[in-house]
Amino acid sequence: MSVAAAIRTGDVAELPGKRDEDWRWTDLRGLIRQAPPPSQPIAPQDFGTGPFDAMAEEVRVLANGAGDVRIEVGPASDRTVALRVLARGEGGHTGRVAVMVAPGARLTLLESYEGEGGYLGHTTLTIGVSEGASVERIVLAADSAEGVSVSQAQVQLEAGSTYAQTVLATGARRQRLETQVNHPGGHAALRMDGVYLLADKRHADLTTVVTHAAVDGTTDQLIKGVVRDQARGVFQGKIVVAEGADRTDARMGHHALILSDRAEVDAKPELEIYADDVSCAHGNTIGALDEDALFYARQRGIPEAEARAMLTEAFVGEVVDRIGHEGAREAARAWVAERLR
Amino acid sequence: MLSISNLHAAAEDKEILKGLSLEVPAGEVHAIMGPNGAGKSTLSYVLTGRQGYEVTEGSATLDGEDLLALEPNERAAKGVFLSFQYPLEIPGVPALTFIRTALNAQRKARGEAEITAPEFLRLAKAKAADLKIDFEMLKRALNVGFSGGEKKRMEILQMAMLSPRFLILDETDSGLDIDALRIVSEGVNALRSPDRGMLVITHYQRLLDYIKPDKVHVLAGGRIVASGGPDLALELEREGYDKYARAA
Repeated sequence: MSVAAAIRTGDVAELPGKRDEDWRWTDLRGLIRQAPPPSQPIAPQDFGTGPFDAMAEEVRVLANGAGDVRIEVGPASDRTVALRVLARGEGGHTGRVAVMVAPGARLTLLESYEGEGGYLGHTTLTIGVSEGASVERIVLAADSAEGVSVSQAQVQLEAGSTYAQTVLATGARRQRLETQVNHPGGHAALRMDGVYLLADKRHADLTTVVTHAAVDGTTDQLIKGVVRDQARGVFQGKIVVAEGADRTDARMGHHALILSDRAEVDAKPELEIYADDVSCAHGNTIGALDEDALFYARQRGIPEAEARAMLTEAFVGEVVDRIGHEGAREAARAWVAERLR
Repeated sequence: MLSISNLHAAAEDKEILKGLSLEVPAGEVHAIMGPNGAGKSTLSYVLTGRQGYEVTEGSATLDGEDLLALEPNERAAKGVFLSFQYPLEIPGVPALTFIRTALNAQRKARGEAEITAPEFLRLAKAKAADLKIDFEMLKRALNVGFSGGEKKRMEILQMAMLSPRFLILDETDSGLDIDALRIVSEGVNALRSPDRGMLVITHYQRLLDYIKPDKVHVLAGGRIVASGGPDLALELEREGYDKYARAA
């Protein structure tokens, strides 16, 4: 079962579906009855510009799967790279990105998914973060309402490294952003944040698996979502603390606001702990906007729509505030404001 | 100014206000006292338009304008301000941002220009100093992690900055120690003026030592059952609400 294999071979039976435990809320097999033809290439002059181009020293493009992007950051250097994943048309495609960050180096990866049409797109990323290296990955997933997009990242951390990620998702016909992290402990620090803001019939699935393999690792995860209309948000977060991975400190929070009767959020936070001496916590809340706070704001003279927007923006603002890269943080703030006002 | 006539209101199909009538002229401070469950908080919520309260009969007007037909924010823009018994926490919204948003929304509703940033900061600094509020606190999310006394001071600060025409204070003294009570009362008294009215809702007489009312009303069983001068509050403090509760 693999999305990439299904696209390559045209065999829809390869697609994951509801019989697969971690795909039951994003059932691609039930959705896609017939494999789409291969996507047409996109000519470089049609790439246009991406949301992070102005902030990056270098822009790399994966266009309908073509481009085989490799990003290598040499020892002790500091780079800011924009990665644009373009999907256009009605075809199927799969692409690969490999990122390697050398010891002591820094990378800010500003990744954008830019979709138009009813495509079936898949992206595989492998990200290696060497000892003492530091990566911040910001993902702005702007797929089209008709598109199906799956992004699967495999992150390998080494001791003493830092990896921080913020995924901003607006959904698609189906959109899944998956991140699997092998956490070696050894004072490596991981932040795994995300925001989903979904309207209409859009669907976004944020799935993360973090495996703490050895002692002294930290994971801090905060995911917030807002769904309205008939949208559906999915969060599956799993943190595994392997036997012997003592002194692991892991916290996971997922909080969602449901703003209409027909919107839906499915959440599965999981902690699997096989070590003894650990500090782990998770919190999961799903609810409506606080009507008392709303009345309070209106009593002060703020009209209802503005009060709702203000409170909702503040709700997800907590995640946005944690973004380290200033330009990306401001872009994220604008992205939130645009969707909630 | 505020004119309430034969007001009946229900919450969850239970009638709580049962023909309440009250006149508060401009320039006067009226106190409403009453036992628990008499309808004191309901009155403040009905006047400000909180969801869940249904007016079944009667009227409430401010300078002749029907309050009950207006949205909560429209009532605020007309100058009705409620100091909440339990001020809400607004996570993620700094107090300054919240107050500026409110002030500009009210100005916009009245067809006035927005306040400029420097003008707003000057006003906020001056009013915070009056209320002995550390200005740094206004950069924090409104009321989040604030003590009961700090929340009440923050209510009075908002009141001072929004400069409402009609003030409703709902149990403003609850949760305040003597020093905080004095500071809050000074803040309220500073707002007394010939063109403003105030309704001070309280269970205890203590607050009225600091905010001296022109008139005192007893609310029991959803109606005003007695009215008098400041002496009435002292009598209630001595004798309790029993005889009024029975009368209602």
